[in-house]
Parts: sequence; C-alpha cells; structure tokens
Amino acid sequence: MHYEENMRVLNMSEILPLIRKEYLISLAKEGKREDERALDEYRPLDIRVNVVDKAEGSALVSLGGTMVFAGIKVDVGEPYPDTPEDGVMITGAELIPMAAPDFEAGPPGEEAVEVARVVDRGIRESKALDTKALCVRENELVRLVFVDLHVMDYDGNLIDACGVAAMSALATCQMPVLDENDKPTEERLPLPVHDLAVPCTFVKLGDSLLLDPSLDEEKALDSRITVATDQEHHVCAMQKSNIGGFSLEEVMHAVRVSTARGEEIRGLMKEAMK
Amino acid sequence: MERVDGRRFDELRPIKIEAGVLKRADGSCYIEWGKNKIYAAVYGPKKVLPRHLEKDDRAILRCRYNMAPFSVEERKRPGPDRRAVEIGKVMQGALEPAILMHYYPKSMIEISVEVVQANAGTRCAGITAVSVALADAGIPMRDLVPSCAAGKVDGQVILDLAKEEDNSGEADMPVAIIPRLNQITLLQMDGKLTEQEVEQAITLAMQGCQQVYQLQIDALRRKYAGAEYE
Repeated sequence: MHYEENMRVLNMSEILPLIRKEYLISLAKEGKREDERALDEYRPLDIRVNVVDKAEGSALVSLGGTMVFAGIKVDVGEPYPDTPEDGVMITGAELIPMAAPDFEAGPPGEEAVEVARVVDRGIRESKALDTKALCVRENELVRLVFVDLHVMDYDGNLIDACGVAAMSALATCQMPVLDENDKPTEERLPLPVHDLAVPCTFVKLGDSLLLDPSLDEEKALDSRITVATDQEHHVCAMQKSNIGGFSLEEVMHAVRVSTARGEEIRGLMKEAMK
Repeated sequence: MERVDGRRFDELRPIKIEAGVLKRADGSCYIEWGKNKIYAAVYGPKKVLPRHLEKDDRAILRCRYNMAPFSVEERKRPGPDRRAVEIGKVMQGALEPAILMHYYPKSMIEISVEVVQANAGTRCAGITAVSVALADAGIPMRDLVPSCAAGKVDGQVILDLAKEEDNSGEADMPVAIIPRLNQITLLQMDGKLTEQEVEQAITLAMQGCQQVYQLQIDALRRKYAGAEYE
C-alpha cells in the first residue's frame, strides 16, 4: 500500500512537468502565457537603491516573485598584470538555500557561476564602468569593485534581476576618497559609471520565445538566451544556455526585443536612481 | 583588410583533426586549430555517479573543460576555474541536443576537454573535437556539431579570431551549430556590435561551421571509411 503510493508520487513527479510543459507550449503557440502577459512582456519590475548602509552601493530588485540584493564593496589592491592601469570588477552570485527548496549551501554551482559571469560580461563589455578611472597608481594600486549578488527568492529569470540589481547598485555607488596613505576617508565620490547595460532573457518553449520567464516557464524550458544591450543600443553580451538550439531568425528576434525592452528597463532604473 | 596572419576575412586558421588518439577512452580526438592544441575524450555510456543525478528516461552528459597550467602565457592555477565551469556548461548545451540521449536511460556520458596549448577559440575547437570523439565512441547522434567564432576587429566582421585579433578586437562571438537541423546550439558574445553586425557575425560564423563540419567528416573518414573494405 505504502509502496504503491510511493510509486504513484514518483510517477506523477515525472509526468506532471511534461503535462505542464505541453500546456505552456500550447498557450505560447497562441501567443498567450499563464499569467496573461504577452510573450515579450516583463513582469512588474521594482528597483530600490541604497538599501544597505554598510555597502558603498546597493540595490534591491523584485522581478515578479524573484528578489535579489546587489551590494557593492570597494577596496584597493593590485591590478591584474595584463591590465596595470585598470581597476578591477569582480562579480559573484550566491544562490542561497533561503531562495528555493533545491538551492544548496556550499560553493557556487554551475548555475550561480553562469549567472554571475553573464551579468558581469554585460556590464564589463558595455564599458559602463570606467576601469581606467579606478587606477590609483599604475602597476601598483587600483580600486577593486566587488559586486555581490544575493538571491533571496527565486521565481525565475535570475540573470535579468541580477543584471538590473548590479547595474543599479554600481550606478549609485559612492566610494570612499583615499588619503595620502591610500586609506579610505569619510569623503565620498561616485563610481565612474557612464552607461547602463541591461540584460534581457528569453526561454524557448516549443517554437515560441518568451521574455522574462517565470519559474514554471523556466522549469519547462528547452533553452535560454540572454542579450545585453547598452544605451546606444549596441549588443554587448549574449549567452545561449541550456540544452536546445535557436535559428538565426529567433536570435535576431531576441536581439530586437531586447533592444526595445532594454530601453524601457533603463528608464525604470533612471527613475529609481533619482 | 590585412589580418595579422594574412588570412582573408572569411578564412579559418589551419585545422588538423585526428580521431581516436587515446587508448583508454571510449572515443577521442586531437585537434590543432591554428596554435591551439586540444584533446577531447569520451567515456561511456556508463553507470551514473553520483547516483542521484541518474535520469530514468535518458542519459546525462557531463562536460569538463580544463586548461593545462602551461597552456597559457602566465601559468594557470591547476584545475577548472569559474571560466572553465561556465565553458563546461555551455559545451554541454551545445552538444547534448545532437546526442540521442534517450537511447541510454540511467547512464552517463562523460566528456573531457584538455587544452594543452591555447591561442583563442579553445571552446570552439574543443566542441569540434568532442563531437568527433563522440562519433569515435560510437554514440548515436543526429549530426556532428561543428563550432567556430566570428568577431569584429578594426570595424570589420571577420571569421575565427586569432589571439592577437581577439586581444585588440571589438567583439568575439563563438557559435556552434547542428548543420542538419540548422540550429544554433552555442552562442555567446562579448564586445559591442550593432544589430546588423550581430546578424552578419552569426551568418559568417555559421559558414565557418560548415567548413569545420567537412573537416570533421574527413577526419572520421580517414579513421573509419577504409576499414570495412580491407
């Protein structure tokens, strides 16, 4: 009896996602989604900056039910030998156990590493952060900018939530001015940020591309694509992820939608930073 | 436009592929792509370890990308770093759609790529080599997966950036395709490109992949086509 019940649970746990997936695909085919959004529509995006006093820059971003803190700490240290005149940006993401039942404690896994690296790439390649201006003394001392992403609640689309949080925190970051002994003083100076890079992520379900996937859509996905754009509407980073493939037309569709939506999100970021 | 090594804008570096170069692996491949030297090995299908990763209806694919400490200018600390973890993940995403995973439920296919000499484009060369190694291991696939990058240097969209070009370049975009399905299964990009340049670069990279595809087939022919007639 117990055994049978267990079996049924086991089977359902495998079959249900398939049924869900078929359902989401059939909806998407008609241009619909479970939460009644259009295929290229974002969930409500809420951005708040300067939410942590101890951090030199911070942001709290809610995207649907996904909630992410970004915190910036600025330190000084040696530059990388191949870029002696550039400050250093280091991005990390933690998918802490609080955020989802299947997130485990311990060093960052593949997913966390990918989130951090894709977010980092978008910001870095947009040249939003002027790393040259973060040089204190060439070859010797530069500013180290640590961007830490703390995922509190995972309801799909971590990359975009983290990307917006990181960019908003950087753009509002006030770093300490250094004294003659390179020690931080009470005086503050804004980080040299000259652009706002925004990532937009889509999942492919059947033959449809869905912007800003919810948790359910993300669980059903075959593959995912992220396109980051800058203020001038250049594409500055892309990443196809997970199993599955895209046609050239699908990629270009993602690029066009990202450019348009990226601009809207940039507007929200500017609003939040006022 | 003059390129550092005198290539045309749509010309690949010299590529040499050899299938079945390692004795213990179930399938293997060695690739020289310009100055890149890379080995790929395939083990399996075999028992899944750790067990909780097992899937009832198909195999799982595990990918390891690693660079030897001596493969780059400055010694690299041994073992996979964050970059390598990410490359392992996107390699899996590039290759798995081509493999008939449901032929081997409850089993695991292990892939490893070791870069012994690096000179830009190691992930593309790695994917190209793994795909040949998978064929060498006799694993059923929908097609081979050729890979190749395009990028932008001095305002021009060009194929297969060499190290010097990548360093000074404005953008780099590695691509892998499944030719028979006309699907892009690897796509990454960093740098700055307009929408039009993105399209140009993907198209150019896909053409490069078609050339790499022929080289993969040639390598497998050299190893196997003669055998059954002898």
